Amino acid sequence: MAFSRRMLIAAGAAVIGMAGLMGTAQAWEPNKPIDFVIMAGKGGGADKMARLMQAIVEEESMSPKPLIPVNKAGGSGAEALVALNTAGDPDHTIMVTLNSFFTTPLRQPGLGVDIMEFAPVGRMAEDTFLLWVHKDEGISTFEEFIEEAKSRGDGWVMGGTGKNSEDNIITDFLNNNYDLSIKYIPYKGGGAVAKDLAGQQIDSSVNNPSEALGFYESGDLIPLVAFTDERLPMFPDVPTAKEKGADFSYYMQRAVVGAPGMSEDALAFYQGLFNNVYGSDKWQKYMSDKSLQGDKLDGDDLKNYWQTQRDRHEEILKASGAIK
Amino acid sequence: MDVLFLLLDGVIACLEPLNLMLIVIGVTVGLFIGAMPGLGSVNGVAILLPATFLVPPTSAMIFLAAIYYGAMYGGAISSITLGIPGASTAVATTFDGRPLALSGRANQALVTAAIASFVGGTFANLLFTGFAPPLASVALSFGPPEIFALMLLAFATFVGLGGDDIPKTIFSICFGLALAAVGFDVISGEPRLIFMDITGFMHGINFLVLAIGVYGIGEMLWTINSTRDDITMTGAEITVRNVMNAAKKSVGAWRGTAIGSGLGFFVGILPAAGATPGSLMAYGVTKMTAKNPEQYGKGSINGVAAPEAANNSASTGAMLPMVTLGIPGSPTTAVLLGGMVIWGLQPGPRLFTDQPDFVWPLVGSFYVSNFIAVLVNLAFIPLFLWMLKMPFTILAPVIFTLSVVGGYAATQDMHDVWLMLIFGLGAFLLRILDYPLAPAGLAIVLGPIAEPTLRQSLLLSDGDPMIFFDRPIAGPITIIALVLIFLPLFKLIFDRIRKKT
Repeated sequence: MAFSRRMLIAAGAAVIGMAGLMGTAQAWEPNKPIDFVIMAGKGGGADKMARLMQAIVEEESMSPKPLIPVNKAGGSGAEALVALNTAGDPDHTIMVTLNSFFTTPLRQPGLGVDIMEFAPVGRMAEDTFLLWVHKDEGISTFEEFIEEAKSRGDGWVMGGTGKNSEDNIITDFLNNNYDLSIKYIPYKGGGAVAKDLAGQQIDSSVNNPSEALGFYESGDLIPLVAFTDERLPMFPDVPTAKEKGADFSYYMQRAVVGAPGMSEDALAFYQGLFNNVYGSDKWQKYMSDKSLQGDKLDGDDLKNYWQTQRDRHEEILKASGAIK
Repeated sequence: MDVLFLLLDGVIACLEPLNLMLIVIGVTVGLFIGAMPGLGSVNGVAILLPATFLVPPTSAMIFLAAIYYGAMYGGAISSITLGIPGASTAVATTFDGRPLALSGRANQALVTAAIASFVGGTFANLLFTGFAPPLASVALSFGPPEIFALMLLAFATFVGLGGDDIPKTIFSICFGLALAAVGFDVISGEPRLIFMDITGFMHGINFLVLAIGVYGIGEMLWTINSTRDDITMTGAEITVRNVMNAAKKSVGAWRGTAIGSGLGFFVGILPAAGATPGSLMAYGVTKMTAKNPEQYGKGSINGVAAPEAANNSASTGAMLPMVTLGIPGSPTTAVLLGGMVIWGLQPGPRLFTDQPDFVWPLVGSFYVSNFIAVLVNLAFIPLFLWMLKMPFTILAPVIFTLSVVGGYAATQDMHDVWLMLIFGLGAFLLRILDYPLAPAGLAIVLGPIAEPTLRQSLLLSDGDPMIFFDRPIAGPITIIALVLIFLPLFKLIFDRIRKKT
């Protein structure tokens, strides 16, 4: 295996070398393996996505040096953010992020992390959220959910990934906007939430499609409403919260960022690399299979997106009392 | 009968030249990955994952599953020969494997471990083949209160053991629990016990770092201190006949093997648990139910067989929620699930019915891998024994180097290496003071499972502890656990009363 991988890399290097000889400008290239930090543990959604990107880069020999995934899940991404902030070689350190990229520095200012200093390599997709219930609950519309959840008060249990996380933010929205008192139970990962909903240990979840898809296909879980701007192509019959009169949508970024202090040339290389990943058939298939939304963003567009997202999360976390 | 035909098709698919070759390579690679301290099956599978898109998905999965299997066998090797757990799943194997090796019976320990692994794996494969869908619903019926009750039972098997010094055991468990609390608190979403704001503590204290520190470094210091001169650790001649004799004697370990196979599988199918708790619980239960518990920890072959049967059985068990529900049963299966996504498969409850061409060759490969793993393992035993013939002055630096490399490999963070060395020194001192360290190890494995499930349960019940008693599955488990925990106290009172009369 190692042999053929080396051959692929050699072939890739040869092609690029030839391009160089033919007179194109000498572009920056990594000269050693690239640290590919994953802001989550092994086996989670971010991890699966990172390994898919790594596989695409390797399979199509897009980079002369391989991406080496390193999981740094500690402190809801704090460990990964600090690792990038203090990276010894910012030109060879990139990271896969999610929304804890916005929330963790807000909640832990002591980390000394300013996300606007990170290099905007590329937003690969936005993950979506839906409200799910078990089929035996006998609920098939969002209105019925509101009615039932209201009548059960804090006996209605929502499971979600982590405290003050994406799932928690959506649950808070439901509670505040519809005068509910749903009880939120934090779990370590979305898979465990989906499993406990399928086993009726909890009453509802706001899983990403990729987390709940298996149980949706088996008919155990039913989506009631999508927290998106438009209906999702995969769930054409599921209305959005906006259609139901709430001015609310929420997405999770799936982006690649470079370490602060990355050179312009290196940033250009990674932007090109992840443009190629984004354009690959495998990535496009993954996006449609997992109902991922969002266009590719990089450079200043991505930084503007971060700015709006950070401001929005600051507002949300202040409203919920998680930060002052 | 349908199942048998499907399985037969699956086994035949595994015997295709490409697949068979991948199994042999996978098992052998896995054996060494498992034997290498710090490099468990998780790392092995994660490292080799991108290499697998060179072959069709089914073959890729068979290859990774073979590595997983091989690693479960391999973990025992360094546990027994060097006293360093090869993987977290093989920590319990050091408890008796190491004393056996020190008394010149390393070949016995290695052969027993291999055979117990084979039996455990086979038992789990049969259950998996016959009853996967109904067992999946068992996994679903375990919510937070049930998982917590089970963890309580696991602790109980260690506290309730007669013979050991109970206050010291409790101290050891509490120490382990405190270490387990370091890192990130899922329920409050806040970092916790981050000593001196060192970022390395944010990912918590990895069990393997503790285990390699305690059993690698600590054991090395202990051996140097207690022998103070050159020793060779085994006098056993390496012949085929010796291996055969050892195999015959392994029949005596039937009890540990049986307990390990059953318990391992059951714990394995529960998502969140996995093979490490399974092997530790199997050891605890085997010791607790033994006629001669004082023999454990000093070189009982049942003490080797139980965790080894359990970790193989649990690794097949952990495949069950992965294949039937799309939920990982262990860290390694989480990475395998990632692989399935890369190959374009949709893991979940419909995989069994929608993708029989994928599922059955995979199930078939469990049988073939298990069979080949035991052969490869037995074939390599002379090599591992030869390693033990080296004088300890040579072996000690080898153990030290392997420990440092292993401590680094798990998280690739120098922080963990320093921590491991501190644990090693600490363990050496605690051992001089006669503190048992296995309970601390158990606590650091089970703590991160027990604590969130305890708090989730209490959130569910608004703080009412009755939730652990009035649920049909959690109730009986909690009661058994409490009885076991208080058993020594009952015994004490009973003995006092009897003395008076």
